[in-house]
Amino acid sequence: MSTKIVDRKPLSFFENSYLPTLMSGLKVTWKHFKKSALQGRPLTMEYPEQKWVVPQGYRGAPYLVKDQEGSTKCVSCQLCEFVCPPKAIRITPPGPNGAPADRRNAEKAPAEFEINMLRCIFCGLCQEVCPEEAIFLQKDYSLTGESREEMVYGKAKLLQMGGTHGGIQKWKHKLEEAEAQEVFPVRTN
Amino acid sequence: MNLFDYLEPTTQFVIFSAIKILIVFGVTMTFVAYAVLAERKISAWIQDRVGPNRTAPPITKFIPILGPMLVRLGIFQPMADGLKFLLKEDFTPAYVRKVYFWLAPAIAVIPAFLTFAVIPFGSTLGNPDNKMVIADLNVGVLYTFGIVSLGVYGIVLAGYAANSKYPFLGGIRSSAQMISYEIAMGMSVVAVFMVVGDLNLGAVVQYQAKHGWMVLHQPLAFAIFLIAAFAETNRLPFDLPESESELVGGYHTEYSSMKFALFFLGEYAAMISASAMMVTLFFGGWTLPFLSEPASSLLVGLLHIAIFIAKLVVLLVVFIWVRWMLPRFRYDQLMDLGWRRFIPLALGNILATALVLAFISP
Ligand code: SF4
Ligand code: SF4
Repeated sequence: MSTKIVDRKPLSFFENSYLPTLMSGLKVTWKHFKKSALQGRPLTMEYPEQKWVVPQGYRGAPYLVKDQEGSTKCVSCQLCEFVCPPKAIRITPPGPNGAPADRRNAEKAPAEFEINMLRCIFCGLCQEVCPEEAIFLQKDYSLTGESREEMVYGKAKLLQMGGTHGGIQKWKHKLEEAEAQEVFPVRTN
Repeated sequence: MNLFDYLEPTTQFVIFSAIKILIVFGVTMTFVAYAVLAERKISAWIQDRVGPNRTAPPITKFIPILGPMLVRLGIFQPMADGLKFLLKEDFTPAYVRKVYFWLAPAIAVIPAFLTFAVIPFGSTLGNPDNKMVIADLNVGVLYTFGIVSLGVYGIVLAGYAANSKYPFLGGIRSSAQMISYEIAMGMSVVAVFMVVGDLNLGAVVQYQAKHGWMVLHQPLAFAIFLIAAFAETNRLPFDLPESESELVGGYHTEYSSMKFALFFLGEYAAMISASAMMVTLFFGGWTLPFLSEPASSLLVGLLHIAIFIAKLVVLLVVFIWVRWMLPRFRYDQLMDLGWRRFIPLALGNILATALVLAFISP
């Protein structure tokens, strides 16, 4: 008994003349025409000039970030490389004799860090897995380039696009704690 | 001019006609191109969009303020479209009936242009013998109806030639639509000619100059003619042969590139010629109430042509606007409207006109 039969009223002579339909059609179209042509407020967003502002928590392109002191946060642990579903990340570790990290107490930093933006699916697993809060999905959603090579973003570019990320500076605190151990008597607070 | 005067009158006539034909053809083609643009722009505005606003040939960079404005209005879009149609691959599906497939676009486009021959688009230009009508036929309107109904053959033939179901349905619909509206259209015009007493379109214009626009004498005839014109030119709400949403593209589903463009041209040219007919028959042609004498100078002659074009443009906008106002009619509604309402109405109108002419104002 869920069917409900709606009885249709027969149209009156006036309605049958199509005139009311014509009038309401004219009214609706004129309203929209006035809005977009005469008042210049079309709904279209003209893309390259006007861009959509993405909401908080939007998962755009993943970029590397720096800490407040301008040093690379990534420690080349390669967890993100491991977890990345489409294998978009490729990290070249510094190796036994590579350059040290650019901040004290951190063991190493990647010699090269590449994300192939053509492979990346913006899933956010790298951000999730990173123990250093070094990689974040940011708000860029339209990456373009003229060749495949150009779409593989290197470490320098990723760092530059990523900017700075405030937050706890794990290794700095460890360093402070370690230094505090050196003085006597031990600070207790 | 002197050399020209020495020529035989026949030669003069031929040269003048050739020039008129070339100009009318050129102007109509431009109109078609810009009618398409107008359609795209107006439809965009009605749907809250902006429409074509990017096409910019390199020269626009050197025009300071006007250039970007024209680009935003899409003024250069028709050129890009035309170029695109010319350069596209002309694909012929393997299973089509080749001869008819090639013939159909031509048959669709030619009648639309032929109608312009009898339409007086201005009074005179230069000397009083240069009438601004290509062929001043005494049976102008009969010619028009004869030619316009040829247009449907293009569509029917396209439907048949494509040898696939959607075009075929489109073709069939088109022919059915044509017979139901041609009659009503013809009958609506009969009343007009009863009032005027002449089949020459120039005479119709002269009559209206003296007695006021025909749309005031024969509003019912105008309404019927207008609606029938929508059906004749396959415009919404009567675009059943095409109906993108149900028949893919109707009769031109299988066509591509320039052949498709010809159908497109044909549709818009038909729209323009129908508007031109309406201007001539119902809106006083090139006259305005205070500008109805045939031109004595070149300037007035040009002004008359401008008046005609302005009226034409208004009607074209009506055509375009209605497309976005009303949804498509169902097939049976269309038939019902044609056979059961317009034909009786048009007949009644003829009768009423005859009675009024016989008894009230001879
Ligand atoms: S967002 Fe996903 S796909 Fe992209 S780099 Fe990170 S883990 Fe890989
Ligand atoms: S970004 Fe994070 S997870 Fe990836 S290597 Fe660097 S520290 Fe490890």
